[in-house]
Amino acid sequence: MRFRWVWLLGLACLLSASLARAQLSIEITGGGEQRTPIAVVPFAGESALSPSITSIVRADLERSGLFRGLELPPIVPTPTEASTINYPEWRSRLADALVVGSVATRADGRFEVRFRLFDVVKQTPLGGIAYTLSKDQARATAHRIADFVYEKLTGNRGVFSTRIAYVVKRGNRYELQIADADGAGAETALASFEPIISPAWSPDGRRLAYVSFENKKPVVYVHSLIDGKRQVAANFRGSNSAPAWSPDGRTLAVTLSREGGSQIFLMNPDGSNVRRLTSSPAIDTEPRYSPDGRWLYFTSDRGGTPQIYRVPMSGGDPQRVTFEGSYNVSPRISPDGNKLAYITRNSGRFQVALLDLTNQQTQVITDSERDESPSFAPNGQMILLATVLGGRGVLSAVSSDGRFKQRLSAATGGDVREPAWGPFIE
Amino acid sequence: MRANLISLLASMAAAALMAGCASTGSDDTAAPVSGPGGGPGGARGGAVTTQPVKPVDVTGAKGSPEADPRVKQGPLSQRSIYYDLDKFDIKDEYRGMVEAHAKYLRENPASRMLIQGNTDERGSREYNVGLGQRRADGVKRMLVLLGAREGQIESVSLGEEKPQADGHNEDAWAKNRRSDMLYSGEF
Repeated sequence: MRFRWVWLLGLACLLSASLARAQLSIEITGGGEQRTPIAVVPFAGESALSPSITSIVRADLERSGLFRGLELPPIVPTPTEASTINYPEWRSRLADALVVGSVATRADGRFEVRFRLFDVVKQTPLGGIAYTLSKDQARATAHRIADFVYEKLTGNRGVFSTRIAYVVKRGNRYELQIADADGAGAETALASFEPIISPAWSPDGRRLAYVSFENKKPVVYVHSLIDGKRQVAANFRGSNSAPAWSPDGRTLAVTLSREGGSQIFLMNPDGSNVRRLTSSPAIDTEPRYSPDGRWLYFTSDRGGTPQIYRVPMSGGDPQRVTFEGSYNVSPRISPDGNKLAYITRNSGRFQVALLDLTNQQTQVITDSERDESPSFAPNGQMILLATVLGGRGVLSAVSSDGRFKQRLSAATGGDVREPAWGPFIE
Repeated sequence: MRANLISLLASMAAAALMAGCASTGSDDTAAPVSGPGGGPGGARGGAVTTQPVKPVDVTGAKGSPEADPRVKQGPLSQRSIYYDLDKFDIKDEYRGMVEAHAKYLRENPASRMLIQGNTDERGSREYNVGLGQRRADGVKRMLVLLGAREGQIESVSLGEEKPQADGHNEDAWAKNRRSDMLYSGEF
């Protein structure tokens, strides 16, 4: 099976503004139990590509919290995807799974990467892929391999080829950046001397909506990533904020104060066809569509304190969703629609909670002081959030069951905040 | 012949007068002009006196310092209202300030104000945009009740994004829970 890689090349150059090659550094802080031991054998010939394919595959799998990459002695000759596998030998190395492969240079200057995955316990091959790529696609290819391994062994789709958006503040300078899910390859979509908040990916991953304060008031922009062109989606009298995309990408929900207070409106992404959705004397904000588009969840203090509500898009009154505690905000629905992640305040500490929408059970999954802005990975397995550690704004990722954590901080200093995990790119 | 001469001289004097009037601005030293025959008002065409004119501007911007919000230390230089936690009501101590600004807006209908509401850093950024908006709206409401026109004022929120004080304690938080009033040229 061959992939066409041309579009990936285009993506690499798509962002405008300063090419600050800042990177996020990742630190794994909570161990995941019951991690699958996997042997990822360095591919034959992989030194022809930089960075090394298998180092990225291993790092991806370990970062998911579900795998432990085995340290292997050099094996001579290097097994490849063409080798016959001696399963008992790999069992004795304590591997449950095995990845082998090779990298070959073609006459036209491009490369071929092939690999195979094996279930060592069941002594079964699980498949493999051959890729043709140019040199600068090594990293993207490695992520694809990690996705394949992850999906075959867990049954869930991998998110190693996805991207994240976030805001970095250094002094009085703010940058909206987009990086690979592992923090590499960060590029700046917008640089400003005024704050940027609430980045929101369009469902096709081509646009970001966000709120910029460059006009001395909050204004919603829709920004096309491929060419850096952006347009004002909402700059009505008063404040304009909290953009959220409908699942079909045709509608933006926003919070506007143009009719008094803060109320939720719907509009086309180009700013036309504005119509009001909520009607209360309260603050109604942070709209979020459910993945099936049937509900709009939002934060409202219509009951006296901020709680999460939802309103059916087919019409009807909002219903309250959170009942425990006096401060529940920032609703986010899991991709399968079954869980609600949000920020809850417990004794002055702001933490991430999960509400199972099927049985109403709640669980607090972080133990920090100042969590904000949770964002589900598109496979629903991890939640990215902003927090403060040692006085510095960093991102944290926690598995959806709360057992596994990572910290992502800006390698070159500054505060990181407002993360948004991008969608699967089909 | 003598009457003709007088008429001729009178018309020459009149012409000189008119020319003189046309060229004289607000010249304090312009003196009453007398025609031939002597004495003020003596000329047959009627004496015309010019008076100096000193302009007086009551449009306000260039008026007395008390009425100019850009004057430092003036009564309109007070621009910020501070709030208790989770509150958006305007405490009594700020009433005089709001009244002074309302008066200025009333008396200067062409002037424009932007009110920016702010919160401390705790909690959701977007919910804080809503809280800041509530604060700015409260100030606008009071100004309009005191006679400013709705169309002169825009109320917006900066949420927690533009703190005045950078600390992570009640001292800093108290300074950040505020509304700021800005006039044209400042935003």
